[in-house]
Amino acid sequence: MDIRLMDDAPSDAERAVIAALIDPVEEVGSHLAIGGHSARRHRHLLLPVLSAVQSEIGWVSKGALNEICRRLVIPPAEAYGVASFYALISTTERPSVVAHVCDDIACRLVRSEFPHGDAVVSSPCLGQCDRRPAVLLQRAGVEDVVNAPGDQDPFELVGVADPTVVGDRLLARVGHADPESIGSYADHGGWQALEKARALGPAAVIEEVERSGLKGRGGAAFPTGVKWRAVAAEPAPRYLVCNADESEPGTFKDRVVMEGDPFAVIESMIIAAVATGCAKGYIYVRGEYPLAASRLRHALHETRLAGQLGPEFDIEIIRGQGAYICGEETALFNSIEGLRGEPRQKPPFPAQVGLFGRPTVINNVETLINVPGIVLEGGEAFAAIGTPDSAGTRLFCLSGDINRPGTYEVAMGGALGELVDLAGGFVGETQAILLGGAAGAFVDTEALSMPLTFEDSRSRGVSLGSGVVMAFNSSRDMHDVVRRIARFFRDESCGQCVPCRVGTVRVEEALARSRSAPLEAGLIDEIDRAMKDASICGLGHTAASVVRSAISLGLIS
Amino acid sequence: MRGVRNGARLYTVDPRRSESAKWADIWLGIDVGSDIALANGMARVIIERGLQHRDFIANATTSFDDYAAKVGEYPLDRVEEITGIPSDVIEEMAVSYASAGMAQIVWTLGITEHHNATDNVLALINLALLTGHVGRYGSGLVPLRGQNNVQGGGDMGAIPNKLPGFQDVEDDDLRARAERIWNHTIPPKRGWHLTQMFEAMAAGKLRGLYVIGENPAESEADVVHARQALEGLDFMVVQDIFLTRTAQMADVVLPAAADWCESEGTVTSSERRVQRVRKALEPPGEARPDVDIIGMLARGMGADWGQPTPEDAWNELRLVSPMHAGMSYQRLEELGGIQWPCYDENHPGELFIHGRLWKQPLESPPAPFIAVDWVPPVDRLTNDFPYRMTTGRHLDGFNTGVQSAGYDSPIRTGGTIDISPEDADRLAIHDGDLVKVSSRRGTIEVPARRDLALRSGLVFMSVHYGEDADVNQLTIDTWDPKSGTAEFKATAVQLQKV
Amino acid sequence: MISLTIDGQTVVSPEGATLLEACRSIGKDQPTLCYLETLAPVNVCRVCVVEVEGSRTLVPSCSRKVEPGMKVQTESERVRHSRKVVFELLASSVDLSLVDDSVQEWMTNYQVDPGRFGDLAPLVDDRDERHAGHHYENTGTHAETVFQPVKVDNSLYVRDYSRCILCYKCVEACGDDAQNTFAIAVAGRGFDARISTEFDVALPQGACVFCGNCIGVCPTGALMFRSEHELRASDLWHEEEQTVTRTVCSYCGVGCNLELHVQDNRIVKVTSPIDHSVTSGHLCIKGRFGYEYVQQLGDLATTPIDDVLRRAREAGTV
Repeated sequence: MDIRLMDDAPSDAERAVIAALIDPVEEVGSHLAIGGHSARRHRHLLLPVLSAVQSEIGWVSKGALNEICRRLVIPPAEAYGVASFYALISTTERPSVVAHVCDDIACRLVRSEFPHGDAVVSSPCLGQCDRRPAVLLQRAGVEDVVNAPGDQDPFELVGVADPTVVGDRLLARVGHADPESIGSYADHGGWQALEKARALGPAAVIEEVERSGLKGRGGAAFPTGVKWRAVAAEPAPRYLVCNADESEPGTFKDRVVMEGDPFAVIESMIIAAVATGCAKGYIYVRGEYPLAASRLRHALHETRLAGQLGPEFDIEIIRGQGAYICGEETALFNSIEGLRGEPRQKPPFPAQVGLFGRPTVINNVETLINVPGIVLEGGEAFAAIGTPDSAGTRLFCLSGDINRPGTYEVAMGGALGELVDLAGGFVGETQAILLGGAAGAFVDTEALSMPLTFEDSRSRGVSLGSGVVMAFNSSRDMHDVVRRIARFFRDESCGQCVPCRVGTVRVEEALARSRSAPLEAGLIDEIDRAMKDASICGLGHTAASVVRSAISLGLIS
Repeated sequence: MRGVRNGARLYTVDPRRSESAKWADIWLGIDVGSDIALANGMARVIIERGLQHRDFIANATTSFDDYAAKVGEYPLDRVEEITGIPSDVIEEMAVSYASAGMAQIVWTLGITEHHNATDNVLALINLALLTGHVGRYGSGLVPLRGQNNVQGGGDMGAIPNKLPGFQDVEDDDLRARAERIWNHTIPPKRGWHLTQMFEAMAAGKLRGLYVIGENPAESEADVVHARQALEGLDFMVVQDIFLTRTAQMADVVLPAAADWCESEGTVTSSERRVQRVRKALEPPGEARPDVDIIGMLARGMGADWGQPTPEDAWNELRLVSPMHAGMSYQRLEELGGIQWPCYDENHPGELFIHGRLWKQPLESPPAPFIAVDWVPPVDRLTNDFPYRMTTGRHLDGFNTGVQSAGYDSPIRTGGTIDISPEDADRLAIHDGDLVKVSSRRGTIEVPARRDLALRSGLVFMSVHYGEDADVNQLTIDTWDPKSGTAEFKATAVQLQKV
Repeated sequence: MISLTIDGQTVVSPEGATLLEACRSIGKDQPTLCYLETLAPVNVCRVCVVEVEGSRTLVPSCSRKVEPGMKVQTESERVRHSRKVVFELLASSVDLSLVDDSVQEWMTNYQVDPGRFGDLAPLVDDRDERHAGHHYENTGTHAETVFQPVKVDNSLYVRDYSRCILCYKCVEACGDDAQNTFAIAVAGRGFDARISTEFDVALPQGACVFCGNCIGVCPTGALMFRSEHELRASDLWHEEEQTVTRTVCSYCGVGCNLELHVQDNRIVKVTSPIDHSVTSGHLCIKGRFGYEYVQQLGDLATTPIDDVLRRAREAGTV
């Protein structure tokens, strides 16, 4: 391709990391070069190789980027645009260990000091709210690691506490089966659903999923069976993507599943591939989840050895590099494709034009792991759980001022208050509950009677979102919490469309001003309406929802 | 590029792995001057596999058997030896070209600046005739023109054997028609082309020269000889917008206005599109539009043409040249240019001109295959002159550089001898080192530049920097007898670090 | 053909047409910033959004295709509100003083008031170093802006990213949609996203081939001829005195059309008409900048602008 490289050469170490992952895609001799379309098909290796250099070397230098571009035939400006999109990739030199100290809404309740420096940076929610406060150590040449709780010296390795997990369907194996043993998985009921699915055949599996009434757990609540049927009807090749980029502040349930029951994610994906005839699967795991990624990687390896994955269908793990927006499905596709993680305008929808422009099934972790139960018990049995419009159980992430923060699985239809009771009730007098995550809304204690269903939440103008239930008692500075959420969206907006790129900044500014002056509620309302109406994706649509709910509940003024 | 992005396969045949070649699915790094062998070898593959377009050949061509016999002499192992390109790739390209629904061959001076330039072009035309990739939407033969009006110059009859509109000057009927319109007799024999003129100058048969907008004292191959020829003239007039090196040698210089922005008129692009140029600036000092200068000269010679405007001159051309007849200034304006032929004012112009070959039955003469043989470049590589030097342009430069030197290009590298990294290493030459470059005709000293686009044995110089890098002291003035083009692309040189 | 209604009026459009094209076909123009006929729509500026019945959010008319029976509103309160706020967000963060008159008219029409977000923040010089996701303190005392120093690193054109609305047009023109050079891309993220070369190297050190096609598509004057930039800085840029003449490039045989912008008998800028079929407004370095040989500045006649133009030309590259 018509690219001009820089003059910078990689160090030996950088070259070794890159060479281990990618061969040059062009064959060049004195009288012959083979490249062109065949060479330009390797863009999808960009994120993995950037990740590898970041992980092994600690940053991406000009020399390293140049070598990547040379091997993959990518223009350096584009590769730089991709590298600089991600918070976990540094294009400037920095210390070999960097502590990402979570100062997001759950962790800041228990952390008052937020050190800054070259080696210590503040981080958005690390998805460890059940064992807060959390620190992610990004370490050159060594696997990244999370300290949770990590409230002492951020660099001291303390590991992670055992999660609190309550649930007997989706979470049945977590804490009981050995997540690193395929045998243990089988002993705890694993692989039966896949065997049955293969016997039933694609059409019957899709039928059962449709009959179950399963709806997507990622927030949009779209019927999973409908999605599968649409993709199955499209021409091959088709792709399957498991969205494991769980980044919504206050959310950690998918992490608990991936760390505690990784084979279930894989078995569910294989069933989905059987049903929809997908050629290849991807799990896109949040970069801040090193343990989940390594458990999944191990589980994939064992599954392959066991013959359940192979040439007809295999799964690849892609690690995100610190970008909330990549949880948006089309941004996630772009990220896998080696582009900036910017959402695409829809339509077209992923079922028609998804990953690599092909029909794609994309489901999040929680949605997928419902599938084995549906296959084993039948769709009708599943539909009998919960309510007619909200079938099955849901995973909720309880944190904040709650006695036993953790992941709780309950049948849909129970009241919010019952869920809170399950977690030991509130700590102190509750002034607000954040429902659904940073893109959700605050509710007050009147909402404790609300049944946890799609339909009841919708009728109240709130959303179950990613299952976040975070409590704030009367001692909490809600102004500080709301500002942190506004800051989160300003930092995580991809920057593509104007309403979100600038609107998130203006909302944050208005909140900052309201420390010392009356809150400009009207202005925020106007910005929010424009962001809701005119942004490209869900991030912009919901970026100010929490702020507005805080205003209407009188939490800030 | 849009086609490539939409999936079209691109093969680039070029000794250098140029920027375009980097986009190619396959770059075929041909040895300089072996194009005919490649084309004939491809043809042999196509015929052997029965991939030729039988109906088209039968209906629209002649002499296929002679051609098939000739290309039969080019088996792939021989072609690989001549071109340096692996035979399997040649085979793939041949099959791919012949099997494609649409295919184009695009070329420029790498084909035509050879001593057998016309044969090179014929070899490519043969391929298009063989496969029917001509005269159809999306298929064709596309020579890219290097000057904004080199096509128009020929269209207007500024070539020794043609009247305007490519009417043969030696055809009595056509000449008589033009004579009637002009009310003047026209010499019935073709004139000399440029290279013949220089030979005539050297032989003392041509004693006076009127040069308009050309800089032969810098652009001619083996330029030292060319300068001697110009110096030997009795009288030379140069009409130019610059005081070029040639103008400096002239007896009289007529300062001209820049045709594209200081006067009105038309130019014709590569795709035969006639477009209007317009006056945006007042010309400096005494500079005048060419049409005015020529009118004044005519008056001085006793023929008063009045003061024709460019549009008057154009309308006269439309009378003489049938293929321009429908192109009024008004239509050129409205349509954003028209592609000839355009026979009347209702004619939209033609997107492609060889569509006639698809008429059944054919209403015009069939296209003949003209079998051609490969011959190597004249300037042989030997131990004394072991490097093959080829010449060309840089993106930001133009010809002898008199125009392009006027602006400050951030990507200008200046006049250099470009060398492959392997050769540079062997000769211990670094970027910027002065290198003595010698050919059988001369020696110059220029700074070196390493270029990854080059392979060992191949060196490159641009043509834009006559002052610092007078490349045409090295080039050979062997020329193609049919087109008069010199073999700028193939010089044998020796390199020596200074 | 597809039938739909726009503001209650029935419109018949060819299949594959966009809502914008359908609107324009009945004389209802819509504001656009990131849209250009010759580039693939990126639908990022969001000023062309319209309301489609049944759609939860507004849709960008520049890219959304017409569908049978669609009911489209271009003047509803929702549409007006979003457009107004989007223009306000832009105008409060970017210098829009050089956008063309039609955009100014739309902004007047929507009663755009960028001042309501506070005083505009002054320029900063660290925007190219900002790291994605790392927060930059926001006190709310000023409305944050993209104001930054002009990038002047060659003699042909300047990049004044204080005027950049991040419409992606330059990136597209440099890349897939015209030049295929890919010298620039969007780097960074969120409000800190910016157009950049690799590692923000100066243009002559990067892949730029100085075709200037980015200048040709820039809607805000962020990319500007060095000559125009210097003349503006010297208060000698007088657009009202300029003539614009269409002609054909004097270099190669492609036949690109040039529009010569002439002031005081000097070419001060070159553009190319996007509606001309030969190159759709795109040029190469020679066509865009190679005109200087016809004006040996100051040799014969000195105009007031000669000194500035000569300085710009001789400024060289960094």
